[in-house]
Amino acid sequence: MSEQNILVEAQHLQQYFPAGGFGKRKKYVQAVDDVSFAIRRGETLGLVGESGCGKTTTGRSLLRLYEPTDGRILYDGEVIFDSGKLPDSKGRVAVDMLPYRRKMQIVFQDPYASLDPRMTVGDIVGEAIDIHKLAENETDRHDRIIHLLDLVGLNSEHANRYPHEFSGGQRQRVGIARALAVHPEFIVCDEPVSALDVSIQAQVVNMFEDLQANLGLTYLFIAHDLSVVKHISSRIGVMYLGKLVELADSYELIGHSVHPYTRSLISAIPVADPKTARASQRIVLQGDVPSPLDPPSGCRFRTRCPYATEQCAAECPEFREVSPGHWAACHNLDAVK
Amino acid sequence: MSELLLDIQHERLSFFTPAGEVKALNDVSFAMQQGDVLGIVGESGSGKSVTAYSLMGLTAYPGRLIGGTLHFNGHEVEKMSEKEFRKMRGNEVSIIFQDPMTSLNPVYTIGNQIAEVVQLHTDKNRKEAYARARELLELVGINEPDRRLKQYPHELSGGMRQRVMIAIALACEPKLLIADEPTTALDVTIQAQILELMMELRKKLGMSIIMITHDLGVVASMCEKIAVMYAGRIVEYGTTDEIFYEPRHEYTRGLINSIPKLNAEEKERLVPIEGTPVDMLNPPAGCPFAPRCPKCMKICLREMPPKTELSETHYTHCWLEQKQQFEAASGKEAAAE
Repeated sequence: MSEQNILVEAQHLQQYFPAGGFGKRKKYVQAVDDVSFAIRRGETLGLVGESGCGKTTTGRSLLRLYEPTDGRILYDGEVIFDSGKLPDSKGRVAVDMLPYRRKMQIVFQDPYASLDPRMTVGDIVGEAIDIHKLAENETDRHDRIIHLLDLVGLNSEHANRYPHEFSGGQRQRVGIARALAVHPEFIVCDEPVSALDVSIQAQVVNMFEDLQANLGLTYLFIAHDLSVVKHISSRIGVMYLGKLVELADSYELIGHSVHPYTRSLISAIPVADPKTARASQRIVLQGDVPSPLDPPSGCRFRTRCPYATEQCAAECPEFREVSPGHWAACHNLDAVK
Repeated sequence: MSELLLDIQHERLSFFTPAGEVKALNDVSFAMQQGDVLGIVGESGSGKSVTAYSLMGLTAYPGRLIGGTLHFNGHEVEKMSEKEFRKMRGNEVSIIFQDPMTSLNPVYTIGNQIAEVVQLHTDKNRKEAYARARELLELVGINEPDRRLKQYPHELSGGMRQRVMIAIALACEPKLLIADEPTTALDVTIQAQILELMMELRKKLGMSIIMITHDLGVVASMCEKIAVMYAGRIVEYGTTDEIFYEPRHEYTRGLINSIPKLNAEEKERLVPIEGTPVDMLNPPAGCPFAPRCPKCMKICLREMPPKTELSETHYTHCWLEQKQQFEAASGKEAAAE
């Protein structure tokens, strides 16, 4: 994993949120637990999983929008967070994030809630330019805003309007323009197309791809829709209840998944092709996702896993490389095959 | 199988809002036989839910039915009073709503809410109604039905709540079940469970289902016939195979092309539908899809295309098809001469 072109790296990232109780009985929501991955420069890493599996939290912790409870985050080779609890680290490090905010940005899920209704679109995009003092003067600021709006397929006339005057797809474009305002290298896209209609979704997905090609961006693309993630990502990570269970190239992951959870996730997706849909046999998982307040011992998937053994309850499977570039955490890989 | 259950002809329904008349349904016609599973697909605001709601008399002020006939199971729905609707709802036709979190009453137990429907429509007493409720919970695959009867909605997970909603809907064995985006709020693995349950129950009870959704994957695996709606009109109607493999309306084609395929071998660019959805307050004259249609002709902007029958089960509203059929007919005539 120590290649030259790695841009962002998370090592043993852990994010617990306190949830009531005192002293010994203090409870924590184990939102993200021991998650490690690296994102190469210029690639798109997709992150999928069901609601509550910690994919959004992972994205936000990576930007230090939440302060992680354990682990280390590296950006372009430099440590931007270190809890000091890892065996090979020297002490607690938490650097000033402002210079990094110019390089790391985020696009939020809900385009209705993430734009200030009382600011014009021009000001929303311009705010980032002001904070980082990127514009030399008022004309430069204006030109930059117009250029950004143009980049995401809006026009100069839109700058003076308010968010409520836009449709869902257009608002998401404003959110993307805001993220691009500081010329970032890395963008966390947190379910950017989930709230949009199918026909609009394709427009926005294409725009993400164009921007990546033109500006050389690196994405962490979070979504629950595996077909969208597969389309846009070069590699995909699958999360379940705070753990990364499988990580591989997208074609490898869809075609040759090894983890039982990934397999059932893939088979549960309704295919928009009647003949395939009739022919395919679904692996329907029983039961619901357990609570992250009190996750099962050992492997977190064992309560719903058809292959679960005693070993799964006793110890947590290691996240290991099963074939080059293909990582998975499961005790019974041979049985699953 | 061949008994006509539902026949809607030229239905027109408008909402009279302060901003003006919104023509939510514009000349909608379709019929269903006993036992059919019909899918209605379309983007948000296309009128797919309103079609179903009007059948149950749920489009109250400011909505008003302004034309057309709705025949359902011997009733003339367009002439029915609120009292007659109350008798029919939940008894002959029932509905499952999108959001199981908000469609159950939080202050009553699950048992109470199911028994209420039973007591309302049959002459069973309280005890018998509870026994029936228990039976229904078993039918929809809920474990420990006795315990669940006494629980409140907040104690159940999303998938479980949707099962309870289905139990309530099936309490009186309706002839028609309307499912309004029943799985949109659920995760994929839970969605697979619910869809499987619905198909199983349909086999067991022999009811008809109207499946309203924006997810083409869901209709591909469940439905026999599909109606594609756009701006309050059915733009194309046909069997599942006809819609997926021989789509004739540009909007249907656009919808199918704009979803990423999970099993695609090579990365191909998505083909989005350009433009934004229609403004229902000021719909364009002529074909509502014309402003976004890649093959738009002059006549499309002026006049609404009439119905073109493509086969016994397949029709569309598009000038292109009308033109082709006209040319084919005149070609034959010329050959005959």
